[in-house]
Amino acid sequence: MAGGQERILRRRISSIDATKKITRAMELIAASRIVKAQGRVQAAKPYSEKVTGVITNLAGGGAGVDHPLLTTAEKVDRVAYVVVAADRGLCGGYNNNVLRAVERAIEVDKSQGRDYALVLSGKKAAGYFSFRGYEIHAAYEGFSDQPSYNDAKAMAESVAELFENGEVQRVQLAYTRFLSMGSQEVAVEQFMPLEPSDIGADASEDSDSGGYEFEPEPAEILGRLLPRYAEARLYAALLEGSASEHAARQRAMKAATDNAEDLKINLTRIMNRARQDSITTEIMEIVSGSEAMSQDDDGGLKDIIEQSLEGSFASLASDRNDA
Amino acid sequence: MQVELVSPEAVLFSGECSQVVTRTVEGDVAFLDNHAPFIGALDIGQTQLWANDGVVSLAINGGFVEVSGNSVTILSDGALAVEDINVEEAQSDLQAAEQALNADADDNQAANAKKWAETRIQVSSAG
Repeated sequence: MAGGQERILRRRISSIDATKKITRAMELIAASRIVKAQGRVQAAKPYSEKVTGVITNLAGGGAGVDHPLLTTAEKVDRVAYVVVAADRGLCGGYNNNVLRAVERAIEVDKSQGRDYALVLSGKKAAGYFSFRGYEIHAAYEGFSDQPSYNDAKAMAESVAELFENGEVQRVQLAYTRFLSMGSQEVAVEQFMPLEPSDIGADASEDSDSGGYEFEPEPAEILGRLLPRYAEARLYAALLEGSASEHAARQRAMKAATDNAEDLKINLTRIMNRARQDSITTEIMEIVSGSEAMSQDDDGGLKDIIEQSLEGSFASLASDRNDA
Repeated sequence: MQVELVSPEAVLFSGECSQVVTRTVEGDVAFLDNHAPFIGALDIGQTQLWANDGVVSLAINGGFVEVSGNSVTILSDGALAVEDINVEEAQSDLQAAEQALNADADDNQAANAKKWAETRIQVSSAG
């Protein structure tokens, strides 16, 4: 009976051990990917900084701030949410945190009579919202691990189209900001219309043009530049999201590895006790059995045995008594 | 002058150059030392940088250039150095674009694709 329990425990321990190896491997992979993802976040910075700088100079050159991407609608009937989540799970609260934040924001919008449109990145986001019966405008997947600029471009184009067609009057960008290895936070920011203050275009009136020559007209350059700015911003959000995803996964997998280790120690202890118990029981059985046999030479038990098992066993029993 | 070529994913070139030739939507421009401040939108075309160790040729798929304070910054989300150009891919892109143009002469996308393929072929053969 006790032997059965020991076998079950042994099986559980080996299964936990196998799980632990997997979570440990995932932890190490995630850790190495965070570094790469952070590198990409850094590598993307010069471009967006320079684009912002050019916009500032353009605004200073009197480019005018009447581009559709800069126009704030008088009445907002529908808000688009660009959601950056992961393709894969096993990364702690990373997906749920950002998805819940979006769901809450949509609830607030609904209570104020505004409709929503969802543009999603990551399989988990699509799964979450389709399961809950939300209508999804567009869903992208397959790049949450390592987003490329072209992915950001495709997404930004579809969002800008929604906005410029007037189907939505505002676009919110929801992603997880990577603050450090140990801390990431969900951010829901206004993505479109672009805030003139974000891009340094609000200084347009009083700053002088710095004597720039423009080719073509400043307004036309601005018209080409603003979509690039939106793309660069979305790209930065995707990159930060991916760095956060890896960081969250690393933490989750480290916790899982630690838990597996604890579980293993506990189960090993229980298993050892079960083994000792079963050994003790066995010894008790043997001892009490042999004692019962040797207790009394004239006893009834020996008679019964001798009667039923003559020959070899009987001589074995007497050998034993002699010894 | 200091020249930087920046793509969204990385800084592709950074260094001292004596001359920069690129193509804005209104035509080719060249920048020498101490050029007047300038902002331009780039067309699909070849860009050449006269660096200390020779001329660097690149195919640029649209972007921006800013010149100020004796430094030139080129921003492009589609810039390819000679060694990164896949000529066979460019050739097949060119054929596909030409077919699309034959079907519909007003297809802007195909016209741009053709220009981009031609630029890549031109840059790779010149480099």
